[in-house]
Amino acid sequence: MLAATAHLPTPVFDWHALAPQLVIVATMIVVLIADLLLPDRESWRTSTIAAVGLLVALVPVATLAHDGTDRSMFGGAYVVDGYALALMGFFIVAAYLTIMLSVDYINEGDYYKGEFYFLILVSTFGMCVMASSRDLISLFVALETISIPTFVLATWRKHDRKSNEAGVKYYLIGVLSSAIMLYGMSLIFGVTGSTLLSDIRTYLDHNGANALVTVAIFLSIVGFAFKVSAVPFHFWAPDTYEGSPTPVTAFLSVASKAGGFVALINIIYFGFYLPSGKVASSWWPALWVLAALSMTLGNLSALRQTNIVRMLAYSAIAQGGFMLVPFVAAGIAGANGDLTVAAQSMSSVVVYLFIYGAMSLGAFAVVIAVARRTRSAEISSYSGLFQTTPGLALVMTLFMASLAGIPPLAGWFAKFVMFRSIIEAGTGWGVALGIIAAVNSVIAFFYYFRVVVQMWFRPVATEDRSPIVIPQPLVVAIGITTLVVVVIGVYPQLFARVGEFAF
Amino acid sequence: MSQAYSWMLTLVVFLPAVGAAIILLLPRAEEQAIKWVALLTTLATFGVLVGILFEFDYDQSGRLQMQVDKHWIDVINSHYHLGLDGISLPLLALSAFVTVLCVIYSWNHFPEPHNPKAFLALILVLEVGMNGTFVAQDLILFFVFFEVVLLPMFFMIGVWGGPNREYASIKFFLFTLFGSALMLLSFLAIYFESNPHTFDIAALSDSHLKLLTGLSTGTASLIFAGLFLGFAIKVPMFPFHTWLPDAHTEAPTVGSVLLAAILLKLGTYGFVRIALPILPGAAKDWAPWIGLLAIIGIIYGALGCLAQRDMKRLIAFSSVAHMGFVMLGIATLTTIGINAAIFGMVAHGLITGMLFFIAGSVQHNYGTRELSRLGGLLKQAPKMGWILGFCAMASLGLPGLAGFWGEFPAIQSTFEPGGNLSQPLFRTYMVIAALGTVLAAGYLLWMLQKVAFGVPKAEFAEAHVHDVNAFEWTAWVPMLLLILALGLFPNIVFHVTDQPVSCKTAVPFSSTPVQNCATAQLTAARSGG
Repeated sequence: MLAATAHLPTPVFDWHALAPQLVIVATMIVVLIADLLLPDRESWRTSTIAAVGLLVALVPVATLAHDGTDRSMFGGAYVVDGYALALMGFFIVAAYLTIMLSVDYINEGDYYKGEFYFLILVSTFGMCVMASSRDLISLFVALETISIPTFVLATWRKHDRKSNEAGVKYYLIGVLSSAIMLYGMSLIFGVTGSTLLSDIRTYLDHNGANALVTVAIFLSIVGFAFKVSAVPFHFWAPDTYEGSPTPVTAFLSVASKAGGFVALINIIYFGFYLPSGKVASSWWPALWVLAALSMTLGNLSALRQTNIVRMLAYSAIAQGGFMLVPFVAAGIAGANGDLTVAAQSMSSVVVYLFIYGAMSLGAFAVVIAVARRTRSAEISSYSGLFQTTPGLALVMTLFMASLAGIPPLAGWFAKFVMFRSIIEAGTGWGVALGIIAAVNSVIAFFYYFRVVVQMWFRPVATEDRSPIVIPQPLVVAIGITTLVVVVIGVYPQLFARVGEFAF
Repeated sequence: MSQAYSWMLTLVVFLPAVGAAIILLLPRAEEQAIKWVALLTTLATFGVLVGILFEFDYDQSGRLQMQVDKHWIDVINSHYHLGLDGISLPLLALSAFVTVLCVIYSWNHFPEPHNPKAFLALILVLEVGMNGTFVAQDLILFFVFFEVVLLPMFFMIGVWGGPNREYASIKFFLFTLFGSALMLLSFLAIYFESNPHTFDIAALSDSHLKLLTGLSTGTASLIFAGLFLGFAIKVPMFPFHTWLPDAHTEAPTVGSVLLAAILLKLGTYGFVRIALPILPGAAKDWAPWIGLLAIIGIIYGALGCLAQRDMKRLIAFSSVAHMGFVMLGIATLTTIGINAAIFGMVAHGLITGMLFFIAGSVQHNYGTRELSRLGGLLKQAPKMGWILGFCAMASLGLPGLAGFWGEFPAIQSTFEPGGNLSQPLFRTYMVIAALGTVLAAGYLLWMLQKVAFGVPKAEFAEAHVHDVNAFEWTAWVPMLLLILALGLFPNIVFHVTDQPVSCKTAVPFSSTPVQNCATAQLTAARSGG
């Protein structure tokens, strides 16, 4: 070991490949300095800086994608390929939309502004690093960079006990899951002698899985299960989501959750996924159970909610369950020695994440817009929205129908690729999970459409019948997400191609 | 690949969507403009349909015509493939035809809470889904169109419906969604079992291409089960019919008409277009059970009718019975049976659509549909009363009117079922189905007697009852004429449907070699896919 450290190679920096992250870091610094210099009433401008910075960060992502060569740095620990770029793009856009959701919310409350956007940027930076990480250590560091700012963000409404509860719960669970995951990772390192995912894969290829590896894989999967709030490791999510400021909830349930899934793709597809299938069969049953439980319990709990944010929290758990299904498909097919399914399954996870991000952020945008008038997150406060603000009711209907997977809205294609992967994997277990998913997508209809029923079928509950005024940033967010939900629903090829580009 | 006039199919499907978009952009207060846009859009769509009727090559009705086949979602190998043959044509025509009449009927009849903008936009979106389903030749495209109809109908029932509308609309949505989720799984299974993988309906159902030869009987049967659930719920067949009476009773008049006339046909069409041709082997195994459920539907629907107190609910149950005849025809797997089924779809669409129109107007006049409170329609509104009588006669299958040609050949075909199905079993079905027609006469005449005959009840004796008004005449006369025309000249439809049915759909089930189908035609059909 000592001999190896003596020959530490000088790392080669590919500045082009690092450009997106560097732009984000620069934006972070500018935001902090601007917050210092700007007078208090001008400090909302930090949001503009952050938003512009994120859009600028998209430029190198685009040029790298145009260039198209895979770039690898730090001995293979950091890779910029189609997959990394696709997800970087997604994270940056999701963060941009989150900022659009936040501007008025943060401005109107008595909250710190500069720091808020700074923390969002830090977390986004972590996500972008995550997309490129191909090493257990950088993976872990990225994951913590994503999580730690969000612990703070969850408690942003610091005079609200619920917000404090949200932050503390999230923090404790976050630390616990990190510890479990780290323990699993250390065992993997102990067995394979490397933290590099490609090395781990080669080792497992040659030696297969022993009991220790199985335990290690299981522990790291449990750690990720906390991060993506898969049942039974989900109990923190509803309280955290409800207590956090709503834009932060949107960020947690979309971007941060996606970060967890990306970590899972990295570790499973680049690490444990194995041609010989010996290892695949040691992890897919665990994911099968997680997927089935998440879909079913997430949905059944969502049915009982009267608060729309809690409902969306449970729905996010169920959607997470759907996103786990392609992992199981990859595992089942891998265990049978069929490798083509794996890449296709992973690309369907990516497509699902993209579509889920658009429809979920859109729904949260509407929730924020409505809450500005009603000061309430109760589903019953949506009654008669169709009569007061028909446009808002219409887009919310689109988002709910999309989340429920009704064509021709984008959600159907997400569900479709998910079904496709599991049916392609075949076998009794695969088809059984497919049928569980099918039944669950019917159950999901119930609670999404409770909102729709309130908006369209019920009379206006309040005295005030004037239309809700929607601030401009929210209009931007709602506009972008609606466009995605409708266009991708009719012509899914656009996202499907990104999914293919990734794998 | 595109054939001549293929743009016509795209236009007939998406023109209503353009109209809907224009309506969305118009301010809500501009009611007249909105109504005119809706009417002109549906008329233009119908105009395109007339063009299609002119350009359609009736001698080649077994072939897919006016096909357009473009890349849509390459990643999953799904195409934007539209095509029209003799099976699709009557149903597409029915859909474009009835929608126009529905817009006309709505003109001054908007149910509470009014809002013509949303109502008409929904009708147009609905038409996109209906027209699209009948011409889609790709399983995924079919699925998408099949589902597009859900949301508009959900809102139509839920927003403009009767007192129990919320329950009815959710039930409608839920049943269909459940079926279509499993249907989608079956589509995927078909895709992965076919070699080479494809979603193309024409290719999959072409017995010469043998794309699904590797399929084991058990798997095929399971896949068929998924398709069966998806379609049977939509038809609806007993025991999946329970959503129908609720949906029909609560829906606004136009919603009921579209539901009965078109939406139910999506299910039966699915059987004829997808389930039978793609999985003929499994269809043979399932046919006796489908037949059984069909005759249970016939008898149960009829008995259900006799127990109703609400006019609309009665008509809804009669739908269950009539769709039972359609399904019985399909279950015989014979040329006659399937032809009869398609005729039955069209006839039922027109007749039951009309009955719902009348029920709507009766409700409008009396404010109730309670059979026990109605009576003497012939005295107060004689024209409407006679029209009701005419439609009741058509519905019970009086020869000379359209209903007869759906029922009689369906019963006839059970005498000698195809696909080596058990003759004694199907002859038993035949007897029971024949009894069903007697019951049908019973409940329809009973309804007619309750509503039209006698003297008005005391509470309505002084009521001012409108007879058929101008908008109603405009909407109804074309349907009534068509009911008569199809009754007198059933060949209008049979001429179109016979070739695709006898040369394609029924081929895998017939024991004798196919007659009257030029080989050239079949080859053409094959290269068409």
